[in-house]
Amino acid sequence: MFRENRAVLEMPSHPENVSLARLVVAQMAAAMHFTLTDIEEVKVAVSEAVTNAVVHGYAGGPGIVRVEVTAAHGGLEVIVCDQGRGIANLDLARQPAYSTDPERMGLGFLFMENFMDDVEVESAPGLGTRVLMRKRAGYPCEPAMASGAT
Amino acid sequence: MELEIKTEGPSLKVRVVGELDEATADQFRTSVDAALDNGQARDLYLELSRVTFIDSSGLGAIIGRYKRVQRMGGRTILVNPAPGPHRVLEMAGLLKLMPLIQTDTNHGTG
Repeated sequence: MFRENRAVLEMPSHPENVSLARLVVAQMAAAMHFTLTDIEEVKVAVSEAVTNAVVHGYAGGPGIVRVEVTAAHGGLEVIVCDQGRGIANLDLARQPAYSTDPERMGLGFLFMENFMDDVEVESAPGLGTRVLMRKRAGYPCEPAMASGAT
Repeated sequence: MELEIKTEGPSLKVRVVGELDEATADQFRTSVDAALDNGQARDLYLELSRVTFIDSSGLGAIIGRYKRVQRMGGRTILVNPAPGPHRVLEMAGLLKLMPLIQTDTNHGTG
């Protein structure tokens, strides 16, 4: 029986914590009716959002990255927040291949948008950035019940 | 992430094992650059069958090496990425820039 679940992570903005966030989100997604491909997509999207917080929000310096994961009947919701520099021009930042660093590809938002069903970004310069992402689950409830109900 | 690096004639062969992300991209960058500095290799083969995860930070590290090798007249060849990383490489357009060698048989359509 599927039960709603929620986890909150508050982590120092260390690059190695990006994989910790991926692990927690993937574990929660695995308990839902997502395919392996879905779970890989969620991992990439979470990785991009948390990496943005570490690399751009805090510019490699200290800070707290907060990740909230909610597993509900409709799907998975992930919120990634930082209180870093914020993004001055959101429309520009969300364009593919926009990057402020020559060794980066500027594809973070492209992956988030392609791999999740909804991506909402709020940001204010000097205050931080909040990214909310949702991915709908393949089944709203137990697969046996779903097939039996139709 | 672990790297196995060896030079075979004009080729530098790098096998990447594990996750290529923000935490490991620097190690990849530094190690591959050092091997390119020291050796005579012209072409870079990245054996990716045991890469379990890659995101845009990992792609950035690959692109950086690709540009360097290209400046020296060499090629960067991607070898056997698993379906998940294959999809990320494809979506980012890397498969249009670099040759892909896929010799494993259990590769899905990704």
